[in-house]
This record gives sequence, C-alpha cells and structure tokens, in this order.
Amino acid sequence: MIPGPFDYHAPRSLAEAIGLLGAHGFDAKLLAGGQSLIPMMKFRLAEPAVIVDLNRVPGLDGVREQDGQLVIGALAREADLEQAAVVATTYPILLDTALVVADPLVRNLATVGGNLAHADPANDHPATMLALGAELTATGPTGERTIPIDDFFVDTFTTALEPDEILTAIRIPRPAPRSGGAYVKFERKVGDYAIAGAAAHLTLDDDGRVAAVRIGLTNVNYKPMRATQAEAALLGQEPTEDAIRAAAQLASQECDPSSDLRGPADYKRAVARTVTARALRRALERARAA
Amino acid sequence: MRTVPISVTVNGEVRQAAVEPRLLLVHFIREVLGLTGTHIGCDTTSCGACTIHLNGKPVKSCTVFAVQADGAEIRTVEGLEQDGRLHPVQEGFWQEHGLQCGFCTPGMMMTAVALLEANPNPDEAEIRRAISGNLCRCTGYVNIVKAIRYAAEKMRQPEVAPAVAGGGED
Ligand SMILES: Cc1cc2nc3c(=O)[nH]c(=O)nc-3n(C[C@H](O)[C@H](O)[C@H](O)COP(=O)(O)OP(=O)(O)OC[C@H]3O[C@@H](n4cnc5c(N)ncnc54)[C@H](O)[C@@H]3O)c2cc1C
Ligand code: FES
Ligand code: FES
Repeated sequence: MIPGPFDYHAPRSLAEAIGLLGAHGFDAKLLAGGQSLIPMMKFRLAEPAVIVDLNRVPGLDGVREQDGQLVIGALAREADLEQAAVVATTYPILLDTALVVADPLVRNLATVGGNLAHADPANDHPATMLALGAELTATGPTGERTIPIDDFFVDTFTTALEPDEILTAIRIPRPAPRSGGAYVKFERKVGDYAIAGAAAHLTLDDDGRVAAVRIGLTNVNYKPMRATQAEAALLGQEPTEDAIRAAAQLASQECDPSSDLRGPADYKRAVARTVTARALRRALERARAA
Repeated sequence: MRTVPISVTVNGEVRQAAVEPRLLLVHFIREVLGLTGTHIGCDTTSCGACTIHLNGKPVKSCTVFAVQADGAEIRTVEGLEQDGRLHPVQEGFWQEHGLQCGFCTPGMMMTAVALLEANPNPDEAEIRRAISGNLCRCTGYVNIVKAIRYAAEKMRQPEVAPAVAGGGED
C-alpha cells in the first residue's frame, strides 16, 4: 500500500516545527513514531499534504524524574519507558501499560506522546494517564500551556491541542506514600488493541481506607474515559473485595462500548468489569506494599 | 514528483538516492537498493517480515519512510554473514531447523540478533517476548526458539572453527 504524496519537512528546532504547523494548518501532520500515522496514510485514511517530522527536534527525548514529577518527553519511545529504572520502581502502572502496547518492534518507534495525541480510544496510555492525573505540556507559537489530562481528550481522534501546538512533555506527579497503580488489558492476541482495559490508581489513608482513587478505561467509549461512578463508590471506603466488585460493576455500567469485531457491547461491558476489578486488586496490593 | 536526496549507511556501505517522501523504507531497501532479503508480508505493521535494524534497533521497515532514515545506519539480513561466514543466528536457524518456508526468517533473525546483542543469555520467556512482533505461519515457533538459544550459546563461546556459508553438512 502506497501512501498519498506529501511534502516532507524535518525541522531542527521546536520553533521551526511550530512555524511549519502554523503555515500549513490542517494540511499538515506531525510525525512522531509514525506507528499510527503511517498505517493510516497507507490505507489513505489520512492524506496530509505536508509531514512535519518531529524526530530531528532536539530536547524532546527521555524519561526522567524532576521536581517531584516524572517527565516523559514527546519523543520518548515505549521502549524507553520499559528500560527506565525509575518507571519500574516508582510508576509500575506505566510499565504495565508500555508492555502491552503493540509489540516490541512497534515499541522501538512508537512514542508515548503520540499514543496520547492520536486520541484513539483503543490506545492504552490514555486510560493510564487519566488514572495518574497527568499534566500535558503543549507548546505553540505563543509559548507553553498546561493541559490537565481530564481536559485533553475531546472526541475520537480529537484532542484539545490546536493545529499549531505540539505536545512536548507529559508530567506525572510522584505518587503519595501508600499509593499504587496498575493497568490490566484484555486482548484477543498479543499485540492487539484491547477488548477492554482498565487503569486504576489509588492512595490509602492511615486506616487503610481509600483516600484517593482514579480509574481510566480503554476502548469502551467513543473517547478515553474515567469511571467516575466507580471512583466515587470507593472513595473513603475500606477497599474490601465486595467494594472492589461493586465499583467494577459500576464501571461496566457507566462505560459505553460499541459492538464490533472484538465482540458485542454486552460482552465488552463484562470484560470491562473484570479488568477493572483486576486493576483495582493489583493497585491495592501495590499500595499496601509501598 | 519532488524528490529528496538521502544518504544512508546500509550494511556498512554508504548509499545515496533521491527519493519521493512517501517511499517506504522497505521499498527503498528492496527496490532501490535491490536487497530483497527483507520481505513484505502484511504491509500493515503486523508480521515483522520487514524487520531491519535502524540505528541498532529492530523496527518494521514497512512503517518508516525512507526519508526518515537519512543519515541513519541500517542493517539488513544481507549484512549478517561476514566474509562467507554465517552469523551465529543464521547458523542456529540452519542447525535447529528454525524455518520451513523461510518467509518470516529474515525478519525473525534480525529481531533475534538485536535481542542477543542486548541480552546474551535470554531465557525462553524473554526470547518469546522479543519475537512477539514477528509472525511465523509454519514452524510453531519451537524450533525458532531453539535456533536462538543455539545462537546465544555460540555467541557466548570463544571463537571456534568457522562455518562456511553455502557449504558444510546438512
Ligand atoms: C500493529 C500495531 C499494533 C498496535 N497496538 C497498539 C496497542 O495495543 N495499544 C496502543 O496503545 N497502541 C497500539 N498501537 C499504536 C501505537 O502505539 C502508536 O504508535 C501510537 O498510538 C502513536 O504513537 P506514534 O509515536 O507512533 O505516533 P504517530 O503515528 O507519529 O502519530 C499519531 C498521531 O499523533 C500526532 N502526534 C504525534 N506526536 C505528537 C505530538 N508530540 N504533539 C502533537 N501531535 C502528535 C500525529 O500528528 C498523528 O496524528 C499499535 C500500532 C500498530 C502498528
Ligand atoms: S510487512 Fe512490515 S510488518 Fe508485515
Ligand atoms: S517459516 Fe514459513 S512463515 Fe516462518
């Protein structure tokens, strides 16, 4: 399959990249890992007239802890998350997620930033970033602004980014003591998108009750979503097995999957319930061990 | 059609060409450079038959534009054999019957080489995880895993008598 023709630009600075996006507006597409964009271009589902390749812009690499936050640069690959020691020790939910995105070859190129910016409800990182309460740095012609993850996903394949804005960093607050998170995905086969996935992140108080909790769901809604009813049911409660099951049941009711090749909607709701319960149990285990 | 000049080091040799931006790296490798060892299986980023090393990392070359590789180092299956000597991974696939039709084999071997360069002594689970982006419709993977373990052992040994490409025993 041959993509449509386009003009190619490989800017050497962020300002140059933003300028190119500004000059070409909706005709231009930013290229990061290319692992969603190039397949779409091959199917001619995307036919941008101009490609702005982000890969030669310096300073966007890397995963590091800085000022009490984990900072993931726009060009950090999934493989970088897998290899970062701080991710395994302090943010295991991110490792859970990276390891189930596509396959190791795709992960050598696919960026975490692209996974969010693509805003495919089937992508895995959106749910995890919703659970972690990430903040996104968007850089445009007038400078930087911060977009809370809760405001980032606007519609299927649509984010709060302006056409001339680049997602330059993802910032995740260092988890409070007695916190834990986990991502659980159920897929048909290795490397496939989720039938349903759930990310849970919670913090316990001194009595072992739930002091804070956020739950994100994958591929069971027209856009990535939080299971706010499930969260509300757990907040302030002792996280017993019954409480977890009740919350998971709420999550399966508040999501809105559509029937497709991966199964009928009712089946996906059942899977959403199961993965939510599993993610909560694992998050709880990790919070108690932290 | 507008073309862009690129310069790529492929298997140690500098290769230059003017390419259309939409030319995929796998088509550049196969059709412009004539290196047809890199295969196209699915064209949808699923099968891994097109796996090559881009700056040392195994990637699916059907999902990279050739222009993106300007200035890069590329290694393809043709770069594995050195001076008539098979790479230990090639030898492993031969000795352990790691292929049947052979269609997946170049990509599978490129992934295996990258794995062993990063992790000289992988266990079976690590091997299976590493090759999870490379699909084989024939072997059932058992002999592929054996072939990679053979290569791992061989690569950890000090140099012994060379195996000659195209010769030796069956
Ligand atoms: C076979 C296969 C299986 C896959 N399976 C999964 C899976 O199981 N789970 C999963 O989550 N994903 C999966 N993916 C998708 C993969 O993870 C994508 O690579 C990822 O969603 C997009 O990241 P990218 O860096 O490749 O982005 P690109 O493809 O380069 O870009 C995607 C979109 O985001 C925009 N964009 C990229 N970076 C930025 C930025 N910094 N600022 C603004 N806009 C930007 C681009 O303009 C484009 O519109 C799969 C892909 C393949 C090919
Ligand atoms: S041809 Fe590239 S992954 Fe199948
Ligand atoms: S040997 Fe035939 S596909 Fe692997």
